[in-house]
This record gives sequence, structure tokens and C-alpha cells, in this order.
Amino acid sequence: MSSLSSGLWTGRVRRVNGPVVDVVGLEGVAMFDVVAIGASGLAGEIVGINEDVATAQVYEYDGGVAPGDPVESRGEALSITLGPGLLGGVFDGVLRPLEPDTVWLTPGRNGDSAAGMTWRFSPSATIGAQLTSGALLGRVTEGEHFEHRILVPPDVAGILEWLAPAGDATSSQAIARIGGVDVALSHRWPVRRPRPARSRDGEVRLLRTGQRVLDLLYPIIRGSSASVPGGFGTGKTLLQQQIAKWCDAEVIIYVGCGERGNEMIDVLEDLARLRDPRTGGALRERTVCIANTSNMPVMAREASIYTGVSVAEYFRDMGYDVVVIADSTSRWAEALREFASRTNQLPAEEGYPATLGSALAAFYERAGSFTTLGGSHGSVTVIGAVSPPGGDLTEPVTAQTRRFVRCVWSLDRDLAYARHYPAVSWNESFSRDAERVGVIRAQNGDTGWAERRSFALALLAESERLESLVELVGAAALPDRQRITLRSAKLLREAVLQQDATSSEDAYCGEEKQAALLEMVLAIHQRLLKLVDAGVAADRLEQLGLARVSSARESGGPEDVAAVTAVRDAVLALLGSIT
Amino acid sequence: MIDAIPIEYAGGRSANGPLLVFDHVTGVGWDEDATITLASGERRHGVVLDVNDDLAVVQVFEGTSGISLSGVRVAFSGTPMRVPVGPQWLGRVCNGRGEPIDGGPPVRGERLAAVNGVPINPAARELPRDPIITGISAIDGLTTLVRGQKLPIFSVGGLPHLELAAQIAAQARVGDGTFQIVFAAMGVTHADADATRDALEERSQAGDLALLINTASDPVVERVLTPRLALTVAEHLAFERGGHVLVLMCDMTSYAEAVREVSAARGEVPGRQGYPGYLFSDLASLYERCGRLRVSSGSLTQIPVLTMPAGDITHPVPDLTGYITEGQVVLSQEMQSCNIYPPFDALSSLSRLMRHGVGPEQTRQDHMAVAGQVYAALSHARQVRELTDLVGETGLAENDRAYLRFADALDAGFINQGRTDHRGIDDSLERAWAALTLLPSGDLSRLDPEDVAQHVAANARDKPEAAA
Ligand SMILES: Nc1ncnc2c1ncn2[C@@H]1O[C@H](COP(=O)(O)OP(=O)(O)OP(=O)(O)O)[C@@H](O)[C@H]1O
Ligand SMILES: [Mg+2]
Repeated sequence: MSSLSSGLWTGRVRRVNGPVVDVVGLEGVAMFDVVAIGASGLAGEIVGINEDVATAQVYEYDGGVAPGDPVESRGEALSITLGPGLLGGVFDGVLRPLEPDTVWLTPGRNGDSAAGMTWRFSPSATIGAQLTSGALLGRVTEGEHFEHRILVPPDVAGILEWLAPAGDATSSQAIARIGGVDVALSHRWPVRRPRPARSRDGEVRLLRTGQRVLDLLYPIIRGSSASVPGGFGTGKTLLQQQIAKWCDAEVIIYVGCGERGNEMIDVLEDLARLRDPRTGGALRERTVCIANTSNMPVMAREASIYTGVSVAEYFRDMGYDVVVIADSTSRWAEALREFASRTNQLPAEEGYPATLGSALAAFYERAGSFTTLGGSHGSVTVIGAVSPPGGDLTEPVTAQTRRFVRCVWSLDRDLAYARHYPAVSWNESFSRDAERVGVIRAQNGDTGWAERRSFALALLAESERLESLVELVGAAALPDRQRITLRSAKLLREAVLQQDATSSEDAYCGEEKQAALLEMVLAIHQRLLKLVDAGVAADRLEQLGLARVSSARESGGPEDVAAVTAVRDAVLALLGSIT
Repeated sequence: MIDAIPIEYAGGRSANGPLLVFDHVTGVGWDEDATITLASGERRHGVVLDVNDDLAVVQVFEGTSGISLSGVRVAFSGTPMRVPVGPQWLGRVCNGRGEPIDGGPPVRGERLAAVNGVPINPAARELPRDPIITGISAIDGLTTLVRGQKLPIFSVGGLPHLELAAQIAAQARVGDGTFQIVFAAMGVTHADADATRDALEERSQAGDLALLINTASDPVVERVLTPRLALTVAEHLAFERGGHVLVLMCDMTSYAEAVREVSAARGEVPGRQGYPGYLFSDLASLYERCGRLRVSSGSLTQIPVLTMPAGDITHPVPDLTGYITEGQVVLSQEMQSCNIYPPFDALSSLSRLMRHGVGPEQTRQDHMAVAGQVYAALSHARQVRELTDLVGETGLAENDRAYLRFADALDAGFINQGRTDHRGIDDSLERAWAALTLLPSGDLSRLDPEDVAQHVAANARDKPEAAA
């Protein structure tokens, strides 16, 4: 039944169970090879082989596929084309472009991103030179600003025999010949294979998110990893979108994995409208969107995560700092579970396959700060949302992910219900990068950062403890100093930690304004304590309307420190007049 | 409906719950539509869930009762299940499979469309940003619905969720026009189905209502089909004919139970509470069939209604629904026992698309701030109320007592309203303001100080004795 004709293996469908298809006769087939199923050649990938039966997950709706239908394999692993034309684009989980004028995603589409486009190539290597993988061949400018570096692909090295002169080239057209191999602007890459780098470089560089609660309390560095667990509606997507918009990375890969269509269009519209404060270009020009919404084929969700990191590594290799945002990794894990269940694998916890932990580890391991093959420095930071069923943080995906990430930004349902956004919990969140961030902040001249952070965390913890007391005895029964702690903690939450993603002034907050806001609360807290120590009743101080402290963050733009200082001075003056 | 004369296979191999297994079939594709003929000549409908060599597993929507393996015959259509779509559905009442129960002829449409639909390209969508004014203060004020949104109602048995859904459907306006309504009932009682139909009588008279009713006594597995049918009809009305369509689907918990039943019969590994692991994707394949498209002037808005078993919002059906929909309107027993209609639990409710649909152009400039302030104050009021239970009202600071007065005023003046009351947006927002002005002005940090001063002054004018 099997045959090898013109480089193709052909077999036949034996069983179709939703997106899982068993194939017989593909004797030479290997794990993760791509197959084309049925008359319309639906794309699938071999993810299990058992004697003569190979099992494929199909990246399309496969209704109508019947036992006996032909299946072909070219012996190629699931691969994507990496090259100019990705930035600003929207793609599905296997990197097929989602053109805005196609309304319905019918099965059997294909197409290469930017296949027909031409790019202006400027060479910058010397013919005759000995080049290694990752060496620079030339450049292409994407959008208004982005310098897309064309490198010798991994697995290629040798003498540069020929290099195209400056001029237009399509993605697939050869622009160089190295050791007898033609190299184009783009190349294929198997998504499940991490792109090679020379080494992890151990560099510690801040990733500024512009979100105060993160930058002040739970900071992250470039090449690190973070998980954002939270029940539905707690703000995972909005927080990740804020990071996608405002963090100071050079390239963003936004993977919408099994989430909503309306959210995708929301983020796309925002990115097209908003300007990058650093380059002045549209934010969309630094972003690649991979959209595999919840109603799109389930199995392509599984691939979309790997597609996303592979694209990120491609830009990392050029020496860029890249952030991968995956919303939500739980939907990816569910695709793993669905596959496991349809192939009767022995389930481990809650029906997930026993390989869940290693799959998560492998994904987060692709984060890091690296010396690239070409010798420059680049990083991939991975930030993944987790959607625990019932908000239960002990469920397998949440618990396993916690083991492999450096930061957890846990979102709390009670905070979200109280419309305290971002609802980052100070009980459940942590950052293993915080200490190192303190050191570099100090090196950069901000010596007070770590101390302010400790003050804030201590105030939150203390007020948390007092609040449980208040629930028993009422606030009136507390000593005055403790009542001030409660008052100041409320100010801290409202004036500093809350940050409205929809605000025109405060959606993003510059570093100095972040520091000024926290310093303001610190100064007011100390003044209030002084006043109660001097015998002023806490009751009286509680009645003071401090609404302008809480709204100071909105009173000027993202970098407007003076507006904050003015509020601080006015309030301190007011407090100074109390005797 | 059938293109070629299909081969008929006689005799089944096994039956299990809603499933029939046929052997010795050839060329049968996954997800194909099947017609099953009983020995009596009765016809039933099914769909292929699994094909393995010459075996086909068929799920029978009407159930397998009365089917004998020796007498049964099956024919496969060669296509996925399709239904006629067109405006002909409007004004009709059908069962959960789309067969008329209003005495009329079978519904004929303009063409056939696959009931499972086709995924919408997210890049072809347009962000919903036109508010739907429902005339219900709690919803319009705090969880504004926009055209193209999916906003479910989470309820518990015995609460007036169907009344609320019907009231929204009856009162909702698009500019000067109204919505076309497709109502899919799954596992509801006859009484509820009739009451809903009566509440929507006016819309039905106007020829703007299609009803698909699967009652509690109808076949369970048919419920798997009913919402798909409704959405297929609605997508055509909205995206091809440019209509504004509102789809009500009730009760999604009954729907999910039918999915669970099929899964159990297939012997699948059960997930939480016995629901299959793919329930998220299954529900998403329904809920994502809504929105707006760049190429169409129409819109499809969904209001799924579900009952939370034991009032548990972490139960898989409300939980997974909440992970897919764009917010939720939660009804609570507590509000119901205070005789408040709608028994709207504000703090658990949320409309995620509200921020796009409110503001000076769409509703009012102060709308978002008012809603934000109401939420912040309600959340503090809840803490105060819990405290009051422990220390009594006298143990409270004066500031805190104001929050209790605010919460009571909000319930009575803003949330509570009549079942046919249709309030304008200004009316609703002013009612919220009336409650907010009971709070210390210094606490109203989310509102514009000028707005606050103005409303405080206006309230003092209206109620001089209260201000004194
Ligand atoms: N930083 C914020 N500023 C303002 N509003 C916010 C913020 N974060 C969350 N919200 C509000 O909460 C809603 C839900 O947020 P979001 O969609 O991000 O939740 P989620 O955790 O991703 O939920 P799901 O798991 O269901 O996708 C938003 O629509 C918005 O109304
Ligand atoms: Mg989300």
C-alpha cells in the first residue's frame, strides 16, 4: 500500500475522530512530519506512530474525510517561512497570513506570507569571506524604521561565493551563495526546534513595562519568563496587551491562542493607532500577531505557541530584544489534552497527558538572553497567561507553569470585582528578578528603588494583616498608628498600583513618574504618622479628602513628574497646617 | 436537500445511549449528515462522530429509543449537516431540529448552510462599539451591551433570567429600529417557553422573531443541534442580509449536559464534573459565532442564558462560558429575596466591551466614570456590610454608614425597575448619581469634581430636607 513516488510518501486514512486522523501505509514517516490529507490536502502533522499506524493532528476542519482517502507526506517537519514581511502582519497558528478581506476561514487555504512582495536589499558582506551561521549578509528596511538584518541561516556556513548587489528582491529569490548553497531573504524553519544560539549570555537588563505594579513591585528582566494566572475577567488579556503596547522591547510576538476574535481586532486596531514613544512609528510595525482564536481549528492552537517562539528567536538572532505574549497557554494545554484523550493516552492529572510538565518546561526554556550565532546579543522574554478552571490556582497547568517561570503575576478575583486594575495580587505574585533589578537600578542611579519597593510591600502586607483584624473588631478599635497604616495602604493601592488601561494619560507610566507617585505616598504616610504621634486623632485624618492623591496619576501625561510633585506638595502643606 | 441518491445500509452493529454503530460502510466521512430509518418507517437524523475502517459511529439527535439493530437503515448524505437559511425563519415556531410546530409548512430558505458554521477570520472583524440601549438601568448603566457582543446571563433556578432576557430582546433598539430575534430554547419547561413567547409577542407580530424550542421533555441530544441551527440562521440574517440580530440561547447548562451525555456514551475521558475536556472548544464554537464584520453592515449579538448548578460560578459551564464571552450579567438569590428586579449582582457582573461603547459620542461623557465609581463604592459597601454583621451599625465610622445608605439607594432607585419599564440612558445615569451623592464628596475620586459639585447642588435643591 505504501509507495514512494516523486519524493512523496503516500498512505491512506484509516480512522477519523475529529481532528485526529490515523493513517496507514506511511512507512517511512517520522514524528512531526507534515502530511496532506484527502483530496483537498488538509494540513496535518504526525504526532504519534504505533507500528504501521501513524496518527496525525489536523490543522483544519476535516469533515468529509473518510477511511481510504489518500494521505501524502514530503518528509518535512512542520515548518514556517521566516523573512521580511512578518512585522505588522496577522497570521494563523501555522503562520498562514490572515488577510482582512477573507471573511470565512474555509479549510484548505494556503499561502506564504509576503510571497509576492519585494524588498530593497542592501548587502554588507564581502564576497570571498568565510561566513558562519548567523553572520550578517545585508539589510532590508521594514515599515518606516525597522532594520531587518539578513543573516546566514542556521545550518549554512562557508565561503561567500556570490552576493546580490543593492536592489529589489522577493523573499524567496536568492541573494547570496554560501558554500554552494543559495540563500534567500527568507528561509524555512521547523517550529518545534529551538533556533541555535552561541550561549546564554547572563546579561541583566531591565524590561520596562510601563505598568507600575510590575515595574515597582514585580519587575522582569529581558530574557526572563512570567506567567499571568487568573480566573476569567480578572484582566490577563488587558495586562498582556498593555505590555505588548508599552514595554520597551524592540519586537513583540502576540499569540492569541484559543481566545476571542473581538480581542484580536481590538489589539490590532490599538497597535495600528498608537505610536511607539521611542521610535515614533506605529506600534503595529514592531508586532507580529498570531491569531488562533477559540473557534479556529483546535490543533493549530497547539502549534501556534511554537510558531510564536520560533518567530521570536528569528528576531533575537538579529540582536533584538523580543517579547512573546501567549494568551492563553491553558488553551494550548487543552489542545494537548484533547489530543491525548482522542488517542487514548493514559491521562495524568485532570486528563492532561503526563508530558504536560515537560512540554511547558520546553516552551519556557526557549526564553533567555543570548549571545547569538552572529555574536550579537538578543533576548526572548516569554509571558504566558494561564486560565485556571474555576480560578483554582492548584490545577495542573497553573501549578506546573509556576515551576518553570521566574515571575508570577497572579490576578485576584476579589481585586478585579472591586475594579482594582490591574488586579495583580500582592499575596500570590512574585518576581525572582527583583533583586537583580534592584542592583541595576542602583547602578543606573536610582538608589532608592529597592527601598521604595520594600516599603510598599511591607505596607501592603501590614494592612492585609490589619484588615483581617478589622473584620473582627472594626476599624474604630484599632490604635491610631494602625489606622494610618490602613489609610496609607489604601492610598498606595489607589494612587500607585491602580492603573487604568483605558486612560489616555496613565495607560503607560514613565519610570520617573512611577517613582514620584510611590514617593508621594511614602511622604504622606510618614507625615500622617508624625501627626498621630503628635496627638492628632486618626479619625480627623481619615476624614481628610485625599481624592486628589488618588487621581494624581491621571493629572498629567505618562512622564509628567511635575504634576505629581505639585499634588504631593499641596497635600503635605495641608497636613502641615494641621495641629 | 439531497444531491445524489445515497446508498442505504441496513442493520446496525450496536447501540449505546444516543449512539448507533454501523459496520460494512464505505466512503463515509467524518461529520457527515445521516438519515436513519426505523423499521416503522420513522426517520431520524444523525451525524457521524467517528469513522474507523468500515465502522461509523452515528449520534442520533432524536435519541435511539425504539430502534432495533436489525430493522434500522442508514443513509449518509456526503456532506456535513446543512439547513436552509433565509428570512423565512422569521415569524416561525419550530422544534429544536427546525421542524415547524406552528402548523405551518416546513421552512424553506434561500440556500443551505452548514450548521457548524465556518470560523470567522479575526482579522476580518470589526470591533463592536455601538451601544444597545436595553432600557434596563443596571445593564445600560453598569454593563453596557454593544452590538456584536456575547454577554451571557448567569442565574440560578427560580430567578427571572428568562424574563430579563425577553425584556432585553423586546426593548432593545438599534437607532430607531429594532432587532431580529432568534430564540433557541434548550431543555426549558413548556411554561417558560410559552411565557417567553408571550413576552416577545409584539416582536413576533412584527415578523422579527424565530423560535426554536426544545423543551425539557424533548430529546436530550437534539439540544446539541438547537443552538447551531439558531446561529446558522442568525449568521445569514446578520452577515449576508445586513440585519441586526439578537440570539438568545437558554439554558446553556442543559446544552452542556447533552454534550456530556454524548461524551459519556463514547467512553471519553471525563474532565471536571464529567464534562468532556473539549467543552471549552465546543462552547467557543457557538459563542464565537457573533460580532461584526468589516464587509457587512449587520451585527450578531448573543445573550446566552445559563443556570449555575447550586449557584456555583466555578461550575464548568459558567466558568468556561465566562472564559469565552465578553463579560457576564450575574443574577443573585440574595437580590431576589430583597424583591429587586432584576436581581442583578453588580460586583460579579461585567461587560468587557462597555469601554468601547460608552462616552460622549455614544452615551454620555460621564458614563464610564459613573460606572467605575459605583463599582468602587459598592465594593466598599460590601465590606462595610460584612463588618456591620459583626460589630453592628453603631460600631461603624460615619463615613462607612454613608456607604450603606448609598448601596440601599442604588438598589431601590437604580437597579430595581418594572418588567416593562424602559428607561432612557440619561434617566439611568441620573439615578446612579442620586445614589452617589449620598457618599462623602471627598471619596468620589473617579468622578470629575465639577460634575460632583453640580449633582450635589442639584440634589440639595430637589431634596432640601435630606441635605439638611
Ligand atoms: N488594567 C485595566 N484597566 C482597566 N480595565 C481593566 C484592566 N484590566 C482589566 N480590566 C477590565 O476587566 C475586563 C476583563 O479583562 P480581561 O479581558 O483582560 O480578562 P481576562 O483575565 O483576560 O479574562 P479571560 O480569561 O476570560 O480572557 C476588561 O474588559 C476590563 O473591563
Ligand atoms: Mg483574556
